[in-house]
Amino acid sequence: MYRILKKEMLAPKIKLIQVYAPEICTHARPGQFVILRMHEKGERIPLTIADSDRDTGLLTLVFQEVGKSTTELGMLSEGDSILDIVGPLGTARDIEKLDCVVCVAGGVGVAPMYPEAKAYHLLGTRVISLIGAQTKDMLIFKDRMEKVSDEVYYSTDDGSFGHKGFVTEILCKLLEDGLRPDEVIAIGPLPMMRAAARVTERFGVKTVVSLNAIMVDGTGMCGSCRVTVDGEVKFSCVEGPAFDGHKVDFDELIARQNRFLAEEKLALERYLAGVGGCKCHQK
Amino acid sequence: MSSKVRQPRQEMPKQQPDVRSKNFQEVALGYTEELAVAEANRCIQCPKKPCVSGCPVGVDIPEFIDLIAKGDFLGAARKIKEKNSLPAMCGRVCPQETQCEAVCTLGKRGEPVAIGALERFCADYERMHGDPLSDAQRSDGSSGRVAVVGSGPAGLTCASELAKLGYKVVLFESLHDTGGVLRYGIPEFRLPKAIVDEEVEYIKSQGVEIRLNVLVGATVTVDELFQEGFDAIFLGTGAGLPYFLGIPGENLNGVYSANEFLTRVNLMKAYRFPDYDTPVWVGKRVAVVGGGNVAMDSARTALRLGAEKVTVVYRRSRAEMPARLEEIENAEEEGIEFYLLANPVRILSDDKGWVKGMECVRMELGEEDSSGRRRPVPVPGSEFILDVDTVISAVGTDPNPLLVRTIPGLDLGRRGNVIIDEETGMTNIPGVFAGGDIVTGSATVIAAMGAGKAAAHGIDKYISARNGRGM
Ligand SMILES: Cc1cc2nc3c(=O)[nH]c(=O)nc-3n(C[C@H](O)[C@H](O)[C@H](O)COP(=O)(O)OP(=O)(O)OC[C@H]3O[C@@H](n4cnc5c(N)ncnc54)[C@H](O)[C@@H]3O)c2cc1C
Ligand SMILES: Cc1cc2nc3c(=O)[nH]c(=O)nc-3n(C[C@H](O)[C@H](O)[C@H](O)COP(=O)(O)OP(=O)(O)OC[C@H]3O[C@@H](n4cnc5c(N)ncnc54)[C@H](O)[C@@H]3O)c2cc1C
Ligand code: SF4
Ligand code: SF4
Ligand code: FES
Repeated sequence: MYRILKKEMLAPKIKLIQVYAPEICTHARPGQFVILRMHEKGERIPLTIADSDRDTGLLTLVFQEVGKSTTELGMLSEGDSILDIVGPLGTARDIEKLDCVVCVAGGVGVAPMYPEAKAYHLLGTRVISLIGAQTKDMLIFKDRMEKVSDEVYYSTDDGSFGHKGFVTEILCKLLEDGLRPDEVIAIGPLPMMRAAARVTERFGVKTVVSLNAIMVDGTGMCGSCRVTVDGEVKFSCVEGPAFDGHKVDFDELIARQNRFLAEEKLALERYLAGVGGCKCHQK
Repeated sequence: MSSKVRQPRQEMPKQQPDVRSKNFQEVALGYTEELAVAEANRCIQCPKKPCVSGCPVGVDIPEFIDLIAKGDFLGAARKIKEKNSLPAMCGRVCPQETQCEAVCTLGKRGEPVAIGALERFCADYERMHGDPLSDAQRSDGSSGRVAVVGSGPAGLTCASELAKLGYKVVLFESLHDTGGVLRYGIPEFRLPKAIVDEEVEYIKSQGVEIRLNVLVGATVTVDELFQEGFDAIFLGTGAGLPYFLGIPGENLNGVYSANEFLTRVNLMKAYRFPDYDTPVWVGKRVAVVGGGNVAMDSARTALRLGAEKVTVVYRRSRAEMPARLEEIENAEEEGIEFYLLANPVRILSDDKGWVKGMECVRMELGEEDSSGRRRPVPVPGSEFILDVDTVISAVGTDPNPLLVRTIPGLDLGRRGNVIIDEETGMTNIPGVFAGGDIVTGSATVIAAMGAGKAAAHGIDKYISARNGRGM
């Protein structure tokens, strides 16, 4: 059992929780994730390690409420417990000092970006962060990202903060203006990562994306998370979740993300009906 | 004696096919006391006991059958447990027709004694009437400390055996529940999970500590385990890495590996969605590719989840199907259709990325291959299309690479299997032992148990020698 020691509302529907998980924190490296299960009947939910402190053993996770399980997770308060957490899973990013990296993060993807940006920053790499959200209220981890970035650009879909439009438009502009980072890292919704990879391909800039394929065990035993990379089938829970964005078959992955759409919808509706649909007590 | 030989083999009562194909309860109901005694009386107590040599762990078959015939069911159960600590499982899942029953004298002229069914009867009887935990001795841990990785039959048996030998054992499992394939692979209707739970309780009562949600190699490394003071480590991590067909369309929506399909249903209980949160989707017409137990389990599970028609596609003929005969028969009775001597070529997509058919080619049996089986070869121009919306690939698995890859210098075979000394179970790294599917590739429950037990004794010798104790 993992007691939630801290809970924070970062934005509407985006929440941060902290639990004490010293073994995971000792071994966690940027790019890795955990799988948690809230209770006996729960799904196994993959979430990226947004921060891990070896000294205190505190593991930080940030999630967006998108369906039944994440909504239910969002209902938990400080003092409540999560049944299981396993990790760290996935292959860690090999982070070494480079001259310059560009971190393109969309939505809740800013949280998983943070450990990578921080690791590059600590090595003395110039970090340029491009952060996109639907609207100003949905921008998260602003202070943290600013602390580990040399430059930060913002975009919102509605123009309420920073550039009005997609974050990939800023990326395109920077590259057109001659910026040639050693690497672009893109983490966010699949269409955003696909767009980022398309932009950088034109300029021949190496691009790493972090895939959120649907997982079950997360240890390479089921193949639910398989993606096609450079024509080959890869299990993203083991060989990923980071891959060369220019080689990922995004169209296939986007189709695969919809495999359980009807069931997911049913589960959420049933859950919301059960809890009365009222969320006032969440505040 | 001859009158016994003419007695027919006692059939085990089963749920009717049309009833059971709609529920997840156990299919075979087990012998009654009368049936068990009648079946036990068929055994002619051969002095040379050929059956025993057919059992990988050498259960004293005629002895336990004799105790059943005499009505001492608890005594029979104890007799089996001298050699086999998981009889309730083996009675249910051993491929008896290729093991103990294959060499039973009665089988030469008629039907062999139903050794598996009798074994199951004893274990079930003990569960209901005896106290299965009564003979569990709590280990005092004085012999040393051993880490066992993986809670499948290999790991469970190794842990239990080491506890008997006085070791403090910590069993690590990466999933949130114990049992390995017994939990996530073999369905409830063939092996009720209550039986796996009981076995785990038994091992706990022996003093074994179980730590779930620990992926050894990631949450804790093998080096760290040694640093923490474990004297030896047993790797029982199984062969859970699924292969795919390697044909176009295998990533379409509606294509599962058998492992994904069965894990969703068994481990995550998706058959009770939405009461349980994990979904599974099964269409109306399902093709299952493969001919082993995994294929039978997938096909019968799909049927129980509401598929209208389930077809098993296998590239050889029925005689070569590696599944247990009983399960092939059960599947046939339940109305599973078999396309034998056929192999998939590609999976066809609708305009939204979902399966809408599977193209297959007919096969014929050609020359014998190295395994002595006739190799199937495609018949040119014989392609045909199966009208299906779901495909489950059950074409095999490889040893789990995750942990073994993190152990530098560990000797591995061509398929990533761990290489051990046959006798001791030790790998090339001192103190690191292995057994079960991680060594052999996908095999059987009883073989994994045998390997776990052998390794426990290898570990005991190794630690005793190191500590300068009784060699
Ligand atoms: C490696 C990895 C890291 C992730 N990190 C984060 C993170 O840090 N923060 C965050 O908010 N989200 C993260 N996700 C996504 C998160 O796991 C899903 O949003 C969550 O599982 C959805 O569950 P649900 O029941 O709330 O929604 P559902 O209604 O079940 O699904 C909503 C959508 O989420 C996706 N999804 C559903 N089930 C899974 C699953 N088992 N695995 C992956 N995706 C699924 C599907 O695209 C689905 O359409 C990550 C996913 C992966 C694979
Ligand atoms: C669907 C199906 C049906 C079958 N039917 C039969 C049958 O009827 N009869 C029969 O005899 N055999 C059958 N088999 C085969 C049999 O189940 C296996 O041979 C047997 O389970 C192997 O046992 P094992 O202990 O070696 O490995 P497994 O049972 O695979 O257990 C390995 C365990 O190790 C865990 N693990 C892996 N890596 C790590 C790690 N790094 N850290 C911690 N834990 C880890 C896994 O999660 C798993 O729980 C079947 C197999 C399947 C898949
Ligand atoms: S353990 Fe398996 S092979 Fe041995 S006697 Fe029992 S059923 Fe037969
Ligand atoms: S071979 Fe068959 S008949 Fe003979 S002792 Fe064994 S079980 Fe009995
Ligand atoms: S989630 Fe099962 S193999 Fe990746």
